[in-house]
Amino acid sequence: MDKFIFGRYIPGDSWVHRMDPRSKMLLSFFFIFMIFFANNLLSYGLVFVVLFLAIMMARVSVGFLLKGLKPLLWLMVFTVLIQVFFGAGGEVYWSWWTLQITHDGLISAAFILLRFLAIIMMSTILTLTTKPLQIADGVESLLKPLKVIHFPVETLALMLSLALRFVPTLMDEAQKIMDAQRARGVDFGSGGIKQQVKTVVPLLIPLFMNAFNRAEDIATAMDARGYRDGKNRTKYRELIWQRRDTISSLIFVLSGIILFLIRN
Amino acid sequence: MPITFEKVDYSYQPNTPFEHQALQDINLTIADNSFTALIGHTGSGKSTLIQQMNALLKPSSGVVRVNNREIRPDTNNKDLKPLRKQVGMVFQFPENQLFEETVKKDIMFGPLNFGMSEAEAEEEAIRLITEVGLDESLLERSPFELSGGQMRRVAIAGVLASKPDILILDEPTSGLDPKGRQQIMDLVAHLHENEHKTIILVTHQMEDVTKYADRVIVMDGGRVAKTGTPKEIFNDVDWLKTHHLDLPKTTQFAATLQAQGFQFPEGLPLDEMALAQAISQQISPKGASDHG
Repeated sequence: MDKFIFGRYIPGDSWVHRMDPRSKMLLSFFFIFMIFFANNLLSYGLVFVVLFLAIMMARVSVGFLLKGLKPLLWLMVFTVLIQVFFGAGGEVYWSWWTLQITHDGLISAAFILLRFLAIIMMSTILTLTTKPLQIADGVESLLKPLKVIHFPVETLALMLSLALRFVPTLMDEAQKIMDAQRARGVDFGSGGIKQQVKTVVPLLIPLFMNAFNRAEDIATAMDARGYRDGKNRTKYRELIWQRRDTISSLIFVLSGIILFLIRN
Repeated sequence: MPITFEKVDYSYQPNTPFEHQALQDINLTIADNSFTALIGHTGSGKSTLIQQMNALLKPSSGVVRVNNREIRPDTNNKDLKPLRKQVGMVFQFPENQLFEETVKKDIMFGPLNFGMSEAEAEEEAIRLITEVGLDESLLERSPFELSGGQMRRVAIAGVLASKPDILILDEPTSGLDPKGRQQIMDLVAHLHENEHKTIILVTHQMEDVTKYADRVIVMDGGRVAKTGTPKEIFNDVDWLKTHHLDLPKTTQFAATLQAQGFQFPEGLPLDEMALAQAISQQISPKGASDHG
């Protein structure tokens, strides 16, 4: 679990760290949107220029970001291989049965790889520089228009922030229970499939028991402190749109326009 | 066969921004049949240190030897099971590890994993449930129906069932009422004296240290700050103060007296009896010690 950096916050004080979570999320979506419109070398080049600008402004090391790709490595390899062997069009270099390697297939495989890299790295920057609770606040703020159709935005935001808040706690707890069961002779991650499925039981049952107990404690604590379902709650930490959010947005929109000019 | 640490370092999450060196240059020997107390602040490396002893964590560099089995940074995980059978580990809040349908099955879980026969494991379960001070009728109940203190004792029975020679306990009394605490510590003392198990106790209860331990290891900032007998450790009042560690209440009382001019030629007393004797000797110099 130590290697799983995708989805973890690193404290910092960079330009990106201090941006409003709403603008960070919107710009990440905008960036992903941009990637899907890139269709030649020049436009992909532009996408990566924007990405590297974001990396620099977030002051995270590229090596660390690359490590974050590891959990998704197999997904990328799999998708790229499918493109390589099934992509059609252009000159055929090699073929066997239904498999063939073609010029266009190779190109689109390369582009898909670039897309993967760019999307994962940009979302990793978002989660590395934004506290989970800020993300929850941002989601709440962005979903506010849905209140018009009586969508329970506050309840959803509360669920989201509670869930995010307890991810690290549950991970710690899972680690502790695993250690305790390993000390009692369980081998996690070895033996046949049947063996491995068996080892899940001594991990999951205590984990669920603790999670339910904790959920009840939290509910009691919230009741005791007079929490009532979301209506018109004020916030201790208000989200404020600053000049750096406007500037960043302008840069992204501008590069979006340029992208539309230089794509085929 | 003792436990030895030789130049052991350990880092969590090496080569990431979260890297954190938890142990630095640990050199230690823990003798057979000894009762060792491990004290130090939260975050001083106590828990990391004990997890090296049954190879839940392997050193980043250096060697740990337990019962002549070596644990090195590159030791294969497959060779560790016999070691974990010999070193029983009672974690903090061990009741969180219970999961089986019945108490008996949960106690039998460890021994069965370590290759004990079903009949033998069951025999151990029946023997241990009374040894930890619970009634045999609980064996067929669900562990989740029990009280917190009972669950903890079931969990300890589950560790003991694998018949370890070395028993490590990480704050086994935390969160219990005074009676529950006493019962757990009596059990630990019994295991040490009558079953000759090597005990390593992580604790913040200095009274337990003076009462049960024959050796103390003080951890500070990932290093071994000091080792010695409880008498040696608790007589260095100034050193303990600079390391923000508590004295046992009795010793604290004696240290206050000493600051007021009382003499303790044999060192600060660790228990009430020794304290009372030392005080009465000073108040009436004519051998008042026979009054206790």
